Amino acid sequence: MSQEIASSGWGRFRASSADFLHRKGVMGFLFTLPADIILLLLLAYPFVLGIWLSFTNTIIGRSGSFVGLSNYISLFHSNIFWLTAFNTVFYTCVAVFFKLILGFGLAIILNQDFKGKGLIRAIVLLPWIVPTALSAIAFWWIFDSNFSCINWLLLKIGLLKTPIDFLGNTINARLSVVLVNIWRGIPFFTIGLMAGLQTINQSLYEAADIDGATPWVKFKSITLPLIMPLLSVITTFSIIWTFADFQLIWILTRGGPDNATHIFGTLSFQRAIAGGHLGEGAAISAFIFPVLFISVLITSKYLKREN
Amino acid sequence: MGEKEKREERGLSRRDFIKKSAVGLAGAGLATLSMDSLFQWNPALAANVSPPKFKLEKNPVINVLRWSGFVKSDEEVWNANTKKWEKETGGKVITEYLSWEDVRSKAAMEASVGAGHDIVLGWYDDPHLYPDKLVDVSDVATYLGKKYGGWYPVCEVYGKLYGTNKWIALPIGSAGICINYRVSWVKEVGYEKLPSDIEGFIKCCKKLKAKGHPTGFALGHAVGDANTWTHWWLWSFGGKAVEKDGKTIAINSKETIQALDAVRELYETMIEGVASWLDPHNNKAFLSGLISVTSNGNSIFYASRKRFPEINKDLMTMNFPVGPVGHPAELSMISQAFIFKHTQVPNAAKHYLTFMFEKPQYGKWESETWGYITQTLKDYYSLPAWKKDPRITPYRECVKRMLWNGYAGPLGPASAAAMSEYVIVDMFADVCVGGKSPKKAAADAEKKLRKFYH
Repeated sequence: MSQEIASSGWGRFRASSADFLHRKGVMGFLFTLPADIILLLLLAYPFVLGIWLSFTNTIIGRSGSFVGLSNYISLFHSNIFWLTAFNTVFYTCVAVFFKLILGFGLAIILNQDFKGKGLIRAIVLLPWIVPTALSAIAFWWIFDSNFSCINWLLLKIGLLKTPIDFLGNTINARLSVVLVNIWRGIPFFTIGLMAGLQTINQSLYEAADIDGATPWVKFKSITLPLIMPLLSVITTFSIIWTFADFQLIWILTRGGPDNATHIFGTLSFQRAIAGGHLGEGAAISAFIFPVLFISVLITSKYLKREN
Repeated sequence: MGEKEKREERGLSRRDFIKKSAVGLAGAGLATLSMDSLFQWNPALAANVSPPKFKLEKNPVINVLRWSGFVKSDEEVWNANTKKWEKETGGKVITEYLSWEDVRSKAAMEASVGAGHDIVLGWYDDPHLYPDKLVDVSDVATYLGKKYGGWYPVCEVYGKLYGTNKWIALPIGSAGICINYRVSWVKEVGYEKLPSDIEGFIKCCKKLKAKGHPTGFALGHAVGDANTWTHWWLWSFGGKAVEKDGKTIAINSKETIQALDAVRELYETMIEGVASWLDPHNNKAFLSGLISVTSNGNSIFYASRKRFPEINKDLMTMNFPVGPVGHPAELSMISQAFIFKHTQVPNAAKHYLTFMFEKPQYGKWESETWGYITQTLKDYYSLPAWKKDPRITPYRECVKRMLWNGYAGPLGPASAAAMSEYVIVDMFADVCVGGKSPKKAAADAEKKLRKFYH
C-alpha cells in the first residue's frame, strides 16, 4: 500500500517535472546555463570589475577609492592618450580596410576552379594559424634595423642606398605594424568569404550570363548583396580584434618609438601592470568598449534590416 | 683580492674619514693610535655574527618566482644551491622561471589577489608598489649586512620601506651595466682605452664614427638597455626627474637641457635604427661587428667567449664615464627578493633566502655566471670571481656607482610608472630622433612626470 502511494507520488513528480521542463524557454535556459555561468565568470565579471576599477584610483597591491570620472578627465588632458587614440583608429581603419579588400579579392580568386586550389587554400590560411607571437617575432627580424632581409635584398640589388628604418621612425613604424596586421588578418576574410561565396546559387550567375551581364555587374548585383550579411559580420569581428590588439605591437615595438605605435591595449597594459596604476589602465581599456559596442550595434541593425 | 683592496672598496668615505679624523686626533695628542686598526673590518668578528633563528615549518614547500637566466650557468647554479638547501633542511623549493620582463606583472597580480608564489625575485621598485603585502625581512637584512660588510647605500634605498628602517626586500644582485667596446678600433683612433669622462668619451666616439665604427645605444622601448644608459646620461649632467620630496618635478632644468644638448652629439656617432632597438639589438649589433661601443650587462662578454672568439679577443669593458656632475651616477638593473605575506612558510622562506645569500652559495653564483650578478653586499666585492677576467672586473663596481630609478624621489608607484612609461628614454629619443629641441623635450617630460608625481 505504502509502495503504491510512493510510486504514484513519484510518478506525479516525474510528470510535473517533465511538464515544467517542456515549458517554452525552460529547457533552453538549462542547456545554456553552463555556458552562461562560464561567460558570467570569465567575461562579465572581469568586464564589470574593469569598469569599476576605472572609477577608482587603485594601484597594484593597494585598495583604491572611488574617484568618479577623474581618471577619464585626466586622460582627456594627456597627450599620450590622444596619440594612442589616433594610433588605434589609424591602425584599425587602415588594417581592416586592406584586409577586407585583399581578403575579398583573394576569396574570389580562390573560389575559381584551378589546379592545386586545395593546397593554395591551405597555404593562405597559414598566417592565421601561426600564433601571433611567433609571426610577430619573425617580422621583428624582417624589420630589424640592422639585419632586415628586406633591406639586405634591396641594398644588394641596388634599389636602396641606405637601409629603411622600419621600426625606428614614427611613420614607418606605424605602417609596419599595420602591414603585419594586414598580413595576419587577410586569411580570416578570405576563408570566411570563400565559404559564403560557395553558398551562392550558381544558377544566378548563369541567368546573368544569359542576360549578358559583365563580371562587374555580376559582382555588384549578385555577389555583393548576397555576401553582404556575412561580410558585415566578418568585418565587425575584424574591427573588434584589431581595435583590441595587443601582442603584435607589444612584441614588435612595445608602443615605441616615442609612443607612435601605442594602441589602447598596449598603453593600458603598460600603465596598469608595468606601471601599477590599475585605475588609469582600466580607464584606457574602457575606451575600447564604446567603439566595439557601436560597431556591433551597426552590424546587428544591418543584419536585422537584411532579414 | 687582498685586504687592502677590500678596504679600498668598502671605504672611500671611510678612508676620507680616517684621514680627516687623524688630523683632529693628532691635534689632541692621540695620533699614536693606529687609525686603520680602529676601523679595519674584522673577518673573524663578522664570521661570528650569528644568523637569526628561524623555526622551519613542517615539510615546507616554497614556491619561488624568478627571472630566467640571462646566462646559462645562472639557473644551473641557482638550482644546485637550492638543492643544497633542500638537502640540508628537508624542505622543497619549486622554482618557476619567467622571462624577466614578465615577472613584474605576475608578481603584481599575485600581490593584488593575495595568492601565488611565496618568494619573488623582482626588479627595481617592485616591492615598493605593494609594501603592505610583504613580509618584514629586517632580521635577515641586518644579519647579512653585519656579516658581509654592509649593504651598498643604494641597496638600502631599494630594500627599505621609504622613510623607515624596515626592510621589505633583499636586493639580491644587479645585472650590472658597463660600457663594452672594441679595443682595436679605439686604438685605431689614437686612444689606449675609452676615456672615462663624458667629454672625452664623446670625442672618441666621434672619431670612431669617422673611421666607420659607429656606436649603438638603444633608444627604443628597451626596458633594460635604454633606461639604464639614458638615466646615466641625465644624472651625469646633474639632471633628475624629481626632487627628494617626491612631488617637485625637477626634469625641466638647465642640467637636463645640457644633457640633451650633449646627447645629440653622441647620437651623431650612432648606427642607424637605434630608435627601434629593444634589449637584444645592441648585443646582436656588437657581436656582428657593426658597432664599436655600447652599454650592456656581461652577456656580450659571456656569449662571445665561445661563439664569437674574435670579438671576445677585442672586447673591453669599463664603467660608465663620469659627467660634469663629477661623480659616478649610473643605473643598473637591480633585482630584489621579497616574501609575500600570503605565504604559509615565512620562516622557511627567510631561511632559504639567507642561505642563498651566504658566501658558499652566493660566491659560486657570482663566479659561475662570470659576474653577471653584481654584489649588493660589500664583502662580495672581493670574491675571486671578479678577477677571473679583466672584462668582468668593472661589473663589480656597478651597484656601488648606481643611483635608484626615480632619483632623487622615493621609490613607489610614481617611480615605477615613470620608468614603465619610458619618460626619460622618450625624452632622449625625442631630441635625437624626433628632432625636438631639448627645451621642448624637457617640458614634455615634465608634463608626463607631473601625471605620476603629485
